[in-house]
Amino acid sequence: MYSKHTGLDLRRGVTSGISFAFKLFMLVLFLFPFYWLIITSFKTYGESIVFPPTLIPRNFTLAAFEQVFSRLNLWNYLKNSIIVTLSVIIIQTLVGVPAAYALARYSFRGKGVMLALVMAAFMVPTQITFITVYIMMSKLRWLNTLLPQIVPFGASAYGIFLLRQAFMQVPADIIEAARLDNASELKIITRIMLPAARSSLMTVSLFSFVGSWNSYFWPLVMSNSEKVRPLTLAIERLKDQDAGINWPVIMAGNMIMVLPVLVIFLLLSNKIISAVGYRGIK
Amino acid sequence: MRAEGKPQEEGYAGPRWVPYLMVAPAMTFLAIFTFYPLANLVYLSFFRYNLISDKVFVGLTNYRNLLFVKKDFLQALENTVVYSFAVVFFTILLAILFALWLEKDSWFNRFIQKSMFTPYLIAMVSTAYIWSWIFDVNSGLLNAALALIDVSPLRWLNDSSLAIWCIVIVSVWKSLGYYLLIVLASLKSIPREIIEAAELDNTPWLRKFVRIILPMISPQIFFLLITITISSFRVFDSVQVMTNGGPGNATDVLVTYVHRYAFQMNMRVGYASAAGSVLLFILMVLTIFYFRFLGRKVHYQ
Repeated sequence: MYSKHTGLDLRRGVTSGISFAFKLFMLVLFLFPFYWLIITSFKTYGESIVFPPTLIPRNFTLAAFEQVFSRLNLWNYLKNSIIVTLSVIIIQTLVGVPAAYALARYSFRGKGVMLALVMAAFMVPTQITFITVYIMMSKLRWLNTLLPQIVPFGASAYGIFLLRQAFMQVPADIIEAARLDNASELKIITRIMLPAARSSLMTVSLFSFVGSWNSYFWPLVMSNSEKVRPLTLAIERLKDQDAGINWPVIMAGNMIMVLPVLVIFLLLSNKIISAVGYRGIK
Repeated sequence: MRAEGKPQEEGYAGPRWVPYLMVAPAMTFLAIFTFYPLANLVYLSFFRYNLISDKVFVGLTNYRNLLFVKKDFLQALENTVVYSFAVVFFTILLAILFALWLEKDSWFNRFIQKSMFTPYLIAMVSTAYIWSWIFDVNSGLLNAALALIDVSPLRWLNDSSLAIWCIVIVSVWKSLGYYLLIVLASLKSIPREIIEAAELDNTPWLRKFVRIILPMISPQIFFLLITITISSFRVFDSVQVMTNGGPGNATDVLVTYVHRYAFQMNMRVGYASAAGSVLLFILMVLTIFYFRFLGRKVHYQ
């Protein structure tokens, strides 16, 4: 579009300039804390407490990371986080997929009640049920194992709900045709439903990965020894052992925790962003 | 329950118990780890119980102590309500504003959306540590920035009237990007013709927003209202890491309160269960309220 330089154009230019500057400001606001996390973890303790703070470390050092590894048995925490997260994702998928399929594709007595129960469970916070689940776990003598961090999350109401939505959108004729060909129910699930619901399945797995990897409250309550604690609880131990807070060491611990999630996000960000948006309008 | 108004059997001729077999594991998990604990929680709230000695039925004593005798529960409740209102208000307001502003599809806007979404995936624990460091009184970034413009340093998380707002900021910062994406998606789902018609009529921007856009996205805003309120009432991790409820009990919230009484104060499980039941009751009332009253005013296409 070619137009003469009028007052309107000038005003538009100024507005878009301000808009651009504000956008840069937003970027700083949302990305700078991550930058601050990263560079702090490479600083010496001495440099971390100088005032005013340095924006670029004067001498890069891995000392904080070395301290994290020497102070705690990090591999143990890491191992716990990985075992819990993978188990939760696997069990939730095995339990959730058939349930979502049945709720999406069959009509049977009691289905309405079950759907209502799934929706209700979605609203119930674990921050309330923890008291009585804790009593259950202590009676089972599970508190010094990883089981209390895995088993209670066997069914994800949110996952079942989202997968059901996806399964409901598969056209009926495809399933009818498969049934005419004598396909088993298992085959219909694995060959038709799961491929069709790929993106929902990815969203569900991603959110259970994030939820489980990042969980803090539940393992805090449900573990009675360091042996069974995940990474999220390890960082606290970096804090207590020192007189003053050694921020580089704490940031180094957080770096180790945040890194896997950031890497996954960087690799899949386009898919994740569109999956989240899609889920919002459903 | 037949969504498309046609049978969902699709030629299925197998035994009738197959669907029950498919839902059984999920329902069992939900029954054991969600619904039974919930019922048991309400049951225990009528007892004096510390996990070691026998339960003693005390009727409504726990509730009386919570609401009328001890002052700390009402303080925690008030903090939670203030926190939740602030988080819901600012998150929804900013999500709508930023969505309108970042609506145009360009790589730069997409990049900003991605950057804003990143904190959502990070553990609240890490977020809380990063921000505690930024809020740090002695060598934190914010006080350094204040020093640049000659303002005397603030005590942030150590200031009993400021601390709760610091936690609000962190919560909004962490989840804004996620809610922004939902609002953006719903803006994109508005039929083009409607907006173009308004533009042809030369409708002023504000009126276009209030009369056309807002009603069209109100189902999503309504959904956000429920989800953000519920998640705000469950706040724990950020408080535990950043202030541990302090200074004093200025940032004590319902979940830190329940956790403290259940696990630290001589395991007063019955009392903590009563506090948990109050939280449960509030969440139920809010959910019903939203569906009944706000749901009616929401525009569905």
